[in-house]
Amino acid sequence: MTTLTAPPARRGAGALRAAGVFVERSLRQNLRDGEALLMAVLLPVLLMLVFTYVFGGAIDPTGAYLSYVVPGIILTCAGFGASGVAVSVNRDVTTGAINRFRTMPIAGATVLVGHVVASLLRNLVATGLVIGVGVALGFRPDATPLEWVGAVGVVGLYILAITALFAFIGLVAGSPESANGYGFLLLFLPYASSAFVPVETMPSWLRGFSEHQPITPVIETIRGLLTGTEIGTAGPLALVWCVGVVLVAGLLVALTFPRRLRR
Amino acid sequence: MTPAIEVDSIRKSYASAVVLDGVSLTVPSGVYALLGPNGAGKTTFVNVLTTLLRPDGGTARICGVPLSQRRTVRRLISVTGQFAAVDELLTVTENLVVVARLLGLDAARARSRAAELVEAFDLGAVAHTLVRTLSGGTARRVDLAMSLVQRPAVLFLDEPTTGLDPASRRRLWADVRELATAGTTVLLTTQYLEEAEALADRIGVLAGGRIVAEGTAAELTAVVGGEEVVLTEADGTEVRTLTTDGTVAGLAAALDRLEPDTAALHVQLRRPTLEDAFTALTQHRTTSTEKEVAA
Repeated sequence: MTTLTAPPARRGAGALRAAGVFVERSLRQNLRDGEALLMAVLLPVLLMLVFTYVFGGAIDPTGAYLSYVVPGIILTCAGFGASGVAVSVNRDVTTGAINRFRTMPIAGATVLVGHVVASLLRNLVATGLVIGVGVALGFRPDATPLEWVGAVGVVGLYILAITALFAFIGLVAGSPESANGYGFLLLFLPYASSAFVPVETMPSWLRGFSEHQPITPVIETIRGLLTGTEIGTAGPLALVWCVGVVLVAGLLVALTFPRRLRR
Repeated sequence: MTPAIEVDSIRKSYASAVVLDGVSLTVPSGVYALLGPNGAGKTTFVNVLTTLLRPDGGTARICGVPLSQRRTVRRLISVTGQFAAVDELLTVTENLVVVARLLGLDAARARSRAAELVEAFDLGAVAHTLVRTLSGGTARRVDLAMSLVQRPAVLFLDEPTTGLDPASRRRLWADVRELATAGTTVLLTTQYLEEAEALADRIGVLAGGRIVAEGTAAELTAVVGGEEVVLTEADGTEVRTLTTDGTVAGLAAALDRLEPDTAALHVQLRRPTLEDAFTALTQHRTTSTEKEVAA
């Protein structure tokens, strides 16, 4: 008869190593998801071409519009890209992967850390792509190295805020398709901000919304840092908005995650 | 020796319904099948025992460790759920490597362990294929392989073969038998009687949130009584069914009670099956009152 032996208890990776494994896993998923990847590359290029060559001439015939619009396109692409985290998180919920990770001897929440860090890295690369295309078309930012660091920092913080918010949406959404649907909000919200045209040109009812929605101060801050326009109170406002969204969304995730299961 | 699984009066309710109404069972080792119809509470039970859900009441121990020590319990168990919890955008090997590294193996050992499992589960042909292109049966085998990256003391299988074709099902059964032989205790939920009969040392029948019967397949079958005498027309249509105690005298007595006009009918002896037992046990709770009224 076979000797029955219970195997020794398993140790499990520490939180830091587990997070590292999950970041790698999420990045690999991002690279495999061909459609999302194509979107991430095509969107900045197409938006840039449309706004420069289609609308640009009508908005400002001198050609100065390019330097006005690049910060807006950076933010549109980063926000829309970051909203993709909702699909990654929801996929883990609906396939039951999250159940498996939470029955393993690791800190289960590190799976979310993986998705968030991967989203940050992926969208910073997308931002670099937008700037690259902009420069190729004639965008000439006059930022000092310190201003560059500031601009990338603000973009990073904005990506983090959108990522945290959409990680929560991904946790509660019923399916990856519906999780994906909310991303469109981020594609259109910038149009009702100072991203593409100054808010002064909008009707007064819309101006009230556009001036006070979070994207406008973020845009103004990035625009100021890159092209030297007036920042004023936009800087602190942008920080408060982004940090506020990260905290609120983080709290919502912390409250939701322990109860969310594939049933 | 400490039993692999001890469960004492586990209760779990949701706002609208009582799902587990005091479930108790003990599995010393081997394979235990929890048999129950859809909605009986099988998945909730597995979720409680695998630390995913906190019970409202009752206690349970895995290899002597109380469920409240979640972290320690998680070192002892693996779960393969009803839905293949595999990463569709990764290859078979990558899925196995992720789990191996999460269990603390370094990159090189994780890769060699993944290769061993690919070999053991006969997944060589699809080792570098994206999981989303695999058939349901193969994905389920990958899922099982992921649960066995480091052999757990207790493996939970929640409806492991639901939706699989017969060949895939037999293959998974063979894997489970092999594991049990190697000393892993398996708690399996299923709605298929033949699965419970084929794999389990003991079977518990879960209905209405309670274990309504427990025993070996033979013991459960005996619950419904001895043999049945079935009278049929020449074309096979059943006319009457008589229950006997299985002895010659019992059979003779049963036939004696028949009216003379049944002499031309065909006669057939039938042993009750596990299915008869299951039907009797799981329907008893809801229909016993109606039966009494009808009688």
